[in-house]
Amino acid sequence: MKELCIVSGKGGTGKTTVSAAFASLAKNKVMADCDVDAADLHLLLNPEVQQRESFIGARTPCIDYELCGECGDCQSWCRFDAIELDFDQGYLIDPLACEHCGLCALVCPEEAINMEDAVSGEWMVSDTRFGSLIHARLGIGEDNSGKLVTIVRREARRLAEAQGADLIIADGPPGIGCPVTSAITGVDLVLAVTEPTPSGIHDLERVASLCRHFSAPLVVCINKHDLNPQNSAHIRNWCKKNGVEVVGHIPFDPMVTRALVARHSVADFDCGTVSEAVARLWDAISRHLAESSRSGYAVPVNSDQLHVEGAQGH
Amino acid sequence: MSALSIAIASGKGGTGKTTVAANLVLSLPDAQYIDCDVEAPNGHLFLRPEIRERTSVGIPVPRIDPDLCTLCGDCAEFCEFNALTVSRNRVMVFADLCHGCGVCSRVCPEPGAIAEIDRRIGEVALGEVASGNGPIAFVQGSLDIGEHSPVPVIAAAKRCAQEERTLVLDAPPGTACPMVETVRGADYCLLVTEPTPFGLNDLQLAVEVTRTLGVPFGLVINRCDLGDDAVREYCRAEGIPVLMEIPFERSLAEAYSRGIPWVEADPSFRERFQALHERIREELKQ
Repeated sequence: MKELCIVSGKGGTGKTTVSAAFASLAKNKVMADCDVDAADLHLLLNPEVQQRESFIGARTPCIDYELCGECGDCQSWCRFDAIELDFDQGYLIDPLACEHCGLCALVCPEEAINMEDAVSGEWMVSDTRFGSLIHARLGIGEDNSGKLVTIVRREARRLAEAQGADLIIADGPPGIGCPVTSAITGVDLVLAVTEPTPSGIHDLERVASLCRHFSAPLVVCINKHDLNPQNSAHIRNWCKKNGVEVVGHIPFDPMVTRALVARHSVADFDCGTVSEAVARLWDAISRHLAESSRSGYAVPVNSDQLHVEGAQGH
Repeated sequence: MSALSIAIASGKGGTGKTTVAANLVLSLPDAQYIDCDVEAPNGHLFLRPEIRERTSVGIPVPRIDPDLCTLCGDCAEFCEFNALTVSRNRVMVFADLCHGCGVCSRVCPEPGAIAEIDRRIGEVALGEVASGNGPIAFVQGSLDIGEHSPVPVIAAAKRCAQEERTLVLDAPPGTACPMVETVRGADYCLLVTEPTPFGLNDLQLAVEVTRTLGVPFGLVINRCDLGDDAVREYCRAEGIPVLMEIPFERSLAEAYSRGIPWVEADPSFRERFQALHERIREELKQ
């Protein structure tokens, strides 16, 4: 079984558009939405949820006001300014600022603060017209997106094995932080979707460095390549110099937005040259996946895997 | 009214946060731009600042003195982030899992066995952008490759804010802690969206966070003619003000792809962004 992850660095370059098209084009696969912070793939795949599970991200401090002596030690020790004194209510924990470290509970002389399990999101197994989808939703302003991505990947692998599927296609998160690391570590192929703009290029370079750091094999696709042919050439040159293959070029076409509004992937909606380009891109990706063997690529060192598996995330 | 701090956020990536932020600072006198999208900072590509100073951002991580450590394991037991492990003969620190919370040094029973050292995770760059309205102060937070914790870098960038200037904070996409850290405490939040199902879905998440934070907010709809009416209908139903709508123009997209801000490609945008700033002030008076 192979794992493909689609990333970009910069947001809005077309990760989900490409992922949804692959969902339509690929056979015998499981889809995973690893953008747990702003998941969008479900909007195009129209999932019927079969199973729904709570995500316990981190333990959260709860103050017992019967015991609290309002000494203020919790506030003065907290390094994240997450505890405030309210004139009426006493000491309050700001759930959006709290890092869940537990120091407040340790320093409280009255033992009035307990660390309790809290639900900080959910993950789901769904049926779609293109097969199974594992997706998730992180609670508003929650930490631990990396840990939730790790769960989505684990469940996708479990489901793929149970179904005898030979591929997992994961729509990845933007950026280069914790959830991206969790999404790309140990996959067989990373596809970065970029665009020929200064931001697209800048963030592609950062995501490529991240892939090198975690020994994840990378290929690139240039979306809206005709908006700036000169920048597209620059991306191709940069990729050539850095030993990264450019596997596809997708032209700009407002029809892509229409397909999206109609909740279709560009593979199922007549987007002219875009639909053709995405089909060619999928052929190239399939070839890469067929040629890759896990042992053929540098396997991440154990310490990195350990770090990611246990990562609490941010 | 004193100078405002305005956060530019979106939920969904690629809707035009940085474009709106860059054009806004280029249209206002005495403005300061702070790039809080530390995982993918892009404002410098459009503002082309002259960088004067770079400062490392670090977090305190434990260093164990093997001569004083008794291998009791308290540090590892109490660490909520699994950043410490006790092996047969030493305590191992996984520095990249550490949040710098200080629990380990607090629980360690041996005085001096755990010291805290600063570990670099990113940097803040300070500079200046020349503009027709006088110099714009420029701040950029940048997370080092392979690091996981954007929040301390965002906090460090925000500490460079100059009170007398109109502050424009360019937020990262999403609604998790990096976005929260950026928007928290701002006078106003502009949510930049596009009228597509993706734009609407992620906008609804961003609205929920912004409301929770108690920051007043309004909308900029980018590429307002490419999509459907669902975003506007949502805004009407929720009573969210739409402060600016920008139609798609291929020439604007091409200017953007060459790193040229809209106010340079089409100077009429300067007045439109000044009007946007006025609208925000009016919204806050109500």
